[in-house]
Amino acid sequence: MIPLLIPMEGESHWPPGVDSFDSRPLFPELGPDYYWLNNHLAQAVIGAILVIVFWLWVARNQKVVPGKKQFLGEYLYNLLRNSIARDILGHDYRKYLPYLVGLFSFILVNNLFGEFFLFMFPTFSKIGYAYGLALCTFILYNAAGIRKYGFGNYMKRMTLPAGVPLGLAWLIIPLEFISNFIARPFTLALRLFANLFAGHLVIMVFVVGGGMLLTMTEPANGFPVPLLNAAGAVSFIFSFAIFALELLVGALQAYIFTVLTAQYVSSAIAEEH
Amino acid sequence: MLPLEGEGIDLGPLLPEYPSEIIAGIILFLLVWFVVAKKVVPIFEKTYAERTEEIQGGIEKAEAAQAEAAAALAEYKEQLASAREEAARIREEAKTQAAATAAELRQAAQEESARLLETARAQIEAERAHVVQELRGEIGGLATQLAGRIVGESLEDDERARRSVERFIAELEAEAEAKTV
Repeated sequence: MIPLLIPMEGESHWPPGVDSFDSRPLFPELGPDYYWLNNHLAQAVIGAILVIVFWLWVARNQKVVPGKKQFLGEYLYNLLRNSIARDILGHDYRKYLPYLVGLFSFILVNNLFGEFFLFMFPTFSKIGYAYGLALCTFILYNAAGIRKYGFGNYMKRMTLPAGVPLGLAWLIIPLEFISNFIARPFTLALRLFANLFAGHLVIMVFVVGGGMLLTMTEPANGFPVPLLNAAGAVSFIFSFAIFALELLVGALQAYIFTVLTAQYVSSAIAEEH
Repeated sequence: MLPLEGEGIDLGPLLPEYPSEIIAGIILFLLVWFVVAKKVVPIFEKTYAERTEEIQGGIEKAEAAQAEAAAALAEYKEQLASAREEAARIREEAKTQAAATAAELRQAAQEESARLLETARAQIEAERAHVVQELRGEIGGLATQLAGRIVGESLEDDERARRSVERFIAELEAEAEAKTV
């Protein structure tokens, strides 16, 4: 069961740690130059393909009166369109809607990879992918603001909110700059990464550790074998609760990333700060 | 993205294992974005627009139908009211007519009965007069005979006898009249 659940980490070392998240090159015989072609890249590609295929599938043959498939697609689409894009961005939402739809579904699918067989690994617990998406969002909201107000005007709006006394400008400008241009993308990336990293680590502790305890044949640290095995079984059962929690966390993080992206775009193009 | 990389600080898991992860993440996401923007969202929005249009059309159609139904209802109500009025009028007319007819019939019957009564009365009067006339003659004859026998003399003189009888009867009548008056 363990090799099936955690096919890529293996139980070779204990306890699970940062190196449990190392990628495995797909073509080790080609040498270190091709190590970037690894299992996690493959699953990210598969995630992107799944997202694209899903949306194209539900968008195919749409009718005015929806069937089951279309209803499902519209349910998800409406959630993003009405509850996130339109509520946060107002009448400009249509322009940014594709970005938000793609962002949410791409993150969600990759997060759910952490709880489903075949991968059992959330792609965004590799921080590079999270950095990539945060960078995209960073570029998006700044581009939106610069296009609307021009570079100088936009920088002024983003660093010196209207109504701040000029005497405080020396304090406010650096603070706002750090908050809007540095903290935003990094917190986006780190929030997504850290939630999935930690969640996956906990799952590994329970599953791998549970498996180890369950298969103990000799007393360890003065504990008798039946107790160790029982503890392993309990930890195994408990891991299912963690799995459920991680499903929730994965969906929640996808939602948060999307909402914050919309929020940042909204604040960049807002009429009044 | 990696401002602290060169400074010898161990970023641990915050440092991407392979920088290609960042590029891969960006490229894959841009691909998803592209497809969603070019294909998916336009299709969904088109469906929504069609649906809105259809619903609006449907609502307009329904409103028209409702207005039509309301007009028809008003017309029917009007017709019904006028029919009721007509019926009431006819009923009233019939009632008046019936009353008139009954009065006429009663009148005719009364006239008829009065006429019959009058006729009967006249007939009776005539018969009575006739009987009285006859009786007067007969009684006169009988009385004369009787008187002749009583007085032993034949009252041959018819003329005289007749006159005395007449006188007698007239007296009788006068007496009877005096009695009734």
